Amino acid sequence: MAEFNITINGKKLKVDVDPSTPLLWVLRDHLKLVGTKYGCGIAQCGACTVHLNGSAVRSCQIPISSVTDNKVTTIEGLSENGDHPVQEAWLEHDVPQCGYCQAGQIMTAAAFLKSNPKPSDEEIETAMNGNICRCGTYTRIKAAVKTASNSHIV
Amino acid sequence: MSKVKTGIGRRSFIKSVSLAGGGLIIGFSWLGCARNTEEAEKELGMQMPDEWFELNGYLKIGDNGIVTIYSPNPEIGQNVKTSMPMIVAEELDVDWNNVLVEQAPLNTAIFTRQLAGGSQSIRQGWESLRMAGATARQMLLTAAASQWEVPVSELSVEKGVISHSGSDRTIGYGEIAKAAVKVEVPEEVELKNNGDFKIIGTSRKNVDAKKIVTGQPLYGLDIHRDDMLIAMIVQPPSFGMEFKNMDAEKAKEMPGIKDVFTIDTYPEDMEKEWSDTGAFSKLVVVVGDSTWQVMQAKKALKVEWDLNPEMVKQIEILEKSPGLMDSGGLENSDIHNSLMAQVGSKKSEMIRKDGNPEAAFKNAARVIERSYSCPFLAHNCMEPMNFFANVTGDKAELVGPIQTPEFAEKSINKRLGIDLENIDIQMTRMGGGFGRRLYGHFVIEAAVISQKMGAPIKLVYTREDDMTNGVYRPAYHVTYRAALDGNNNLTGFHVNAGGMSESPLFANRFPAGAIDNYLAESWAVESNISIGAFRAPRSNFIAGAEQSFLDELAEEMGKDPIEFRLDMLKRAKNDPVGENNDYDPARFAGVLELVRDKSGWNNGNSSQSRGVSAYYCHNSYVAQVLDLTLKNNEPVIGKVICAVDCGIVVNPDAAKNMVEGGTIDGIGHGLYSQLSFKDGTPQQSNFDTYRLIRHREAPKQIDVHFIDNGIDPTGLGEPPYPPVIGALANALYKATGKRMYKQPFISELQGDFKT
Ligand code: FES
Ligand code: FES
Repeated sequence: MAEFNITINGKKLKVDVDPSTPLLWVLRDHLKLVGTKYGCGIAQCGACTVHLNGSAVRSCQIPISSVTDNKVTTIEGLSENGDHPVQEAWLEHDVPQCGYCQAGQIMTAAAFLKSNPKPSDEEIETAMNGNICRCGTYTRIKAAVKTASNSHIV
Repeated sequence: MSKVKTGIGRRSFIKSVSLAGGGLIIGFSWLGCARNTEEAEKELGMQMPDEWFELNGYLKIGDNGIVTIYSPNPEIGQNVKTSMPMIVAEELDVDWNNVLVEQAPLNTAIFTRQLAGGSQSIRQGWESLRMAGATARQMLLTAAASQWEVPVSELSVEKGVISHSGSDRTIGYGEIAKAAVKVEVPEEVELKNNGDFKIIGTSRKNVDAKKIVTGQPLYGLDIHRDDMLIAMIVQPPSFGMEFKNMDAEKAKEMPGIKDVFTIDTYPEDMEKEWSDTGAFSKLVVVVGDSTWQVMQAKKALKVEWDLNPEMVKQIEILEKSPGLMDSGGLENSDIHNSLMAQVGSKKSEMIRKDGNPEAAFKNAARVIERSYSCPFLAHNCMEPMNFFANVTGDKAELVGPIQTPEFAEKSINKRLGIDLENIDIQMTRMGGGFGRRLYGHFVIEAAVISQKMGAPIKLVYTREDDMTNGVYRPAYHVTYRAALDGNNNLTGFHVNAGGMSESPLFANRFPAGAIDNYLAESWAVESNISIGAFRAPRSNFIAGAEQSFLDELAEEMGKDPIEFRLDMLKRAKNDPVGENNDYDPARFAGVLELVRDKSGWNNGNSSQSRGVSAYYCHNSYVAQVLDLTLKNNEPVIGKVICAVDCGIVVNPDAAKNMVEGGTIDGIGHGLYSQLSFKDGTPQQSNFDTYRLIRHREAPKQIDVHFIDNGIDPTGLGEPPYPPVIGALANALYKATGKRMYKQPFISELQGDFKT
């Protein structure tokens, strides 16, 4: 066990865990931020996607010891009132079925649109390809990403 | 309007009325975090009432007119948590914006079928949901009428406000609810005519959407309680093996680890429910403070496993079949495939016979014979299996994702001897079900572990545990034969279907009923791989096979594939063969005609390779046309056009979402997914080796068209999945010139598919 000072959603926090503990489990088990999901644990499904200094990363692959002073944003901190353009687009298109994969999808989409605000369909598909949805909401996700990309405020 | 007796629900209505205000239903509030109502207030901008009045077990009305509707059935992503309350709200005549929805816990005194399975929630809930709303409405009206001393017939309701036609008096539901609670439950209520629906048939957003997109705790895996421990399992590496002994010393010493022990989930003398299906009864359990600590301890365990003589015996017997290599009684996919192809059909049993198929085949000018097969599949719900249990003394509190809470309750009763009334089961939103969560062995495991630890625990499966401890979609095999006479007329049809270890045959479905000489046979070969229902059980394979065969047959006969099917359906309608045909040929033809017209099938207006398919299952009819092109031997799916007849569509946009999802899921599994075995060991255990469809591989566009016929609604969670595999196979044939006989098709397309 060791102490780590981390910044999650703008808050400075201290956790006392094994240094190898992935950020995913620190968020879920220790900080009770359960919006970030566990799907595979091996960087294959994207359910655990968070932002590290604004870039989408797989929190199941990031040991807490390597987070250091990088800023972590989770789905809970993506926007104050759940009104990030990507979240709003998701609501407009009523994307979720079971909903389990959607936090990861939204985090991937939000980081992607920041780097590519006006993507083509193909670019969207490629950017989102690492996020699995067993329920098959892919066509709606694409439509929602397009709507968000047109919102000019991403 | 139609009058219905309220009889079915009477017991529950009376019971709940007598307990009104006493809190018959206690909604599950997130353990450890005070949320629900506050949260709702914040999110929906709703003012919470000071007092609630329960008019029946389905709903309560606040003194300010806010209505809470309890959604009885488990939510697995099929969106019943929105559509079931919509049906109640319709008959209650309230403003949907004033409705709050809560998941009801298991309560057999009030609700009749709290189960997510068979696409039956809406179909079977249709009447009781409407009755619950109509009964409460009637009681509210009666109370208002007696307060104003006017006949009920002079009253009307609009969005939860009652008005009197003879005067300008109005009163809101919230103001009269207190008096309505005391009104006797009516013997009979009137239901609306379809034409008067204001909520049913309009698109309403998923009631949990805001929570989902903001990452609020909703799922079983999200449950937290301060004194809760995490439990995980270690299971045999292969089917056919069992626990021998272990060295847990090192694991027990590891930080945060509380205990390591074995459990027997289903002791031999336990009387099981049908839902008590699982891969392994005897498991090693590791319990500790946090998930990561327990995961590490699992790896440090040294467990020895042994062959389980019972489990290997079955396969050894089969292996005595000629030509099969000895494998020590452990499952191998290669052996399975040859077993299914060679042995299975020889032990088949006749299920249906019309006319004289033997003569038809004997006299045939040509016989076309084709065989199709598919592998085992894992469900791969994105949320792995898990459950929270707190067993203390003679009480059990269980919270989590389960499609069959009522059966789980009975199993807990039998396994732990706890009285049914002391077992409290709460359902969380589920990160997928697809049939996997019908089999609640993980609920029993969690309860047994909690009892043993004397502490609340959350049982968590890793993805690997989940994928290799499945209740899998069986591997299937089917052979079709068609007899054609000298004029190329179809004179006989023979289907011989089976699998490991159940048959996918539906002997009374189309094309039965459309062919004079018809023979359907069924078989199953033993296996020690645990199998069960997977989205559209059996149909998920046989639809694709049958629809591919019919396509090939139409081509051999020189007919258009849609006209060929329509001709057969005409025969089935006008002059059906046999009496047990379980589909309606007119509705079946209806979706085919709709998809033909919407896709411009007859104008040939697609530059892509297209295939068509249609199927009936779970009381609904779906036809699909799929367009694709090939790029480096990988299909690129342009568009899928779907025509669906599920009767009344309760929530159109959500229904569309369901059809899109089922279509993508069907394509994905037919094209990419398989679970194979070597010496009893699943060869895929996570998404690096098990291929699920991804964004790039999904259709670029899916169009959904519903038949509008006003017939009572039927299911939608499953029906769009099975036929699309046929449309895909037929389109792939057009693109490649090669028929697809073996799923996953990607292996046919790319030669040997190595995973
Ligand atoms: S849980 Fe991290 S990618 Fe799947
Ligand atoms: S919505 Fe269920 S996994 Fe994506």
